[in-house]
Order: sequence, then structure tokens, then C-alpha cells
Amino acid sequence: MSRVALGIVTMLALIGSEAWPSAAQTRPAVNEDVVHDVAAQLRCVVCQNLSVADSPSEMASQMRAIIRERLAAGESPAEVQRYFVDRYGEWILLSPPRRGFNLLVWLLPLAAVLVGLAVAAALVWRWTHRRRSVPAAPVVVDAAMSERIRRELEGES
Amino acid sequence: MKRLWRWLIPLAAVPVLALLAYGFRVSPRDIPSPLVGRPAPGFALATLEGAPLDLAVHGGKVVVVNFWASWCYPACYEEAPVLERNWRGYRERGVVVVGVDIQDKREAALKFVGDFGLTFPVAQDLKGTVSVDYGVYGVPETFFVDRRGQIRLKHVGAVTDEVFKATVDRLLAEPASP
Repeated sequence: MSRVALGIVTMLALIGSEAWPSAAQTRPAVNEDVVHDVAAQLRCVVCQNLSVADSPSEMASQMRAIIRERLAAGESPAEVQRYFVDRYGEWILLSPPRRGFNLLVWLLPLAAVLVGLAVAAALVWRWTHRRRSVPAAPVVVDAAMSERIRRELEGES
Repeated sequence: MKRLWRWLIPLAAVPVLALLAYGFRVSPRDIPSPLVGRPAPGFALATLEGAPLDLAVHGGKVVVVNFWASWCYPACYEEAPVLERNWRGYRERGVVVVGVDIQDKREAALKFVGDFGLTFPVAQDLKGTVSVDYGVYGVPETFFVDRRGQIRLKHVGAVTDEVFKATVDRLLAEPASP
């Protein structure tokens, strides 16, 4: 009995080891995550503000197929990206590369925040200093008024 | 200090307004193609009738590569007669019009070709590789290739008689070799 079981296990193991390389041969060794990563950085050319990874359009699915093919042919993700940039320009990249004129996109918001903070700080400084330099007029309480306040306070308790 | 502030705030608006003025004058649809001035990518496709269509065969001619689709209404419907008319007018002078049908069904494309009586070769780009090689993002788009095989103009939208004639006449006037 145990011999039969051992035989079956051995057979299954053989089938398994046999089946594995043939499956690897028919399918190109392309990691779908890599395809997705490349596609996610490319703008879908027929949509508004969608990446090639997210768009259900035919053009985007053809582009994903091209990405897959180029990766399967041994190109690196950066080379595949360069292939698209060569044909569509930097416009195809959803986030422009951080150099040259494009740096404005990253630096301007930072500059705006700094300027805003400086303006806010200056205003706060001015408001706080104005209050200190112009003290409120002292409240004059005459005898009749202080008497009334005393009465009302006592009446309450 | 007060007077400085009074000037500084309106002045700060100037670069913002300049940026907006620049941004609103630039059409987001007019994306400059990096391919202009570069060699036209070669392709070998099959026509709708199944005949081979290889761009390399037309070397030395002025080639007009037009990307279109039967669902692209109205622009592709407007330019189809223009392309056919000019193809007939210029074909004896060394000009080739090549249609590339993209993201389309063969039957719909054949009907379009039949309806407009197109006689220039039309191929179907089934896998989209030629479209991507030419950086096509919509239809119609037309590339004018000179006799040395360089892309000289990318026209987005329906081609008019004026654009076709002006461009092709200019390219025909150039010598075939540098």
C-alpha cells in the first residue's frame, strides 16, 4: 500500500517537474507588475488625465501590449519608457522629469509656501505689535457704578 | 514700508497673469511632435485588400501618411475627399498618399473606403505599433515625409487642400538628395 502511494507521489512529482519548464517556455517571462509600473507612468494619449495602466481604451491596451513585448524582448523599463518619450515627447510622462524648466513645477509651490509663510509672519508681527503700542483706554468706574456692581454681585449669591 | 506693500501686492500678480496668458494661448491639443525633422519610421503592413504595403518601397517620393478611422466623425470624413483629390492630382509627380486605419473594424474601414471611393493604398494597423511609432494620439493625424524620408510636418485634424498643396509643393521643390 505504502509502495503504491510512494509511486503515485513520485509520478506526480515527475509530472510537476515536467509541466513546469514547458509552461515557462510558452509564456514570456515578463512580470506583469513591471508592465503595470511602466504603463502607470505613461499618459493615455486618447484620454484626459488617465495613465495607460488605468485606461480601458483600445489604444491603451495596445500600448500595454507593446510594453509587454518590449520587456519580453529584454528591454529595461527605462528603455521602454524612452521608446515612448522619443515618439510622444515628455508630454507622455505623467510626471515630468525633475530637471531644467520642469524644476519650476517642483520649486514654485515650495517658493509660494515660503512667501506665504513670510507674509503671514509679517502680518502677525504687525498685529501683535500694534496692540501693544496702542493700549486700550482705562475704564473709568465712578463711585455710583462700583456701588451698583457690588450690589448686583451680592444679590446674585 | 506701507508704500512698498501697496506696490508689491499688485506686482506679485504680474507673473501669475503672464503664466495664465501664456497657458490660455497654448492649445493643449497642439503637442509638438519630437518626430518632425527625424526619419519617418518604416512599416510593413497589409492593405485592406491584403496586398503588402511597405513604406520603404516609396523611398525618393514625397509620402503623405494619414492616420484615420471610420468612427472618426467628422474630421476624417471631411479630409477623405481632400486626400483622394490631391492623391489623384499629384500621383504622377512622385507623391504617394498612404492611409493607416487605426483602432477600427475591417468591415467599417472597407465601407468608408468604398463610400469615398478612395484609391490610394490603405492599411490597417491592427496592433497599434505603427501608431505608437508615429506618436499618434488621435485621428486624424497626417505626416508629410520628404523625398529623403524625413518627417517634415505633422498635421493634427482634417487636412485641407491648402495645407496639402502648400506642403507637398514645397517638398517637391526640394532636391531628392542632399
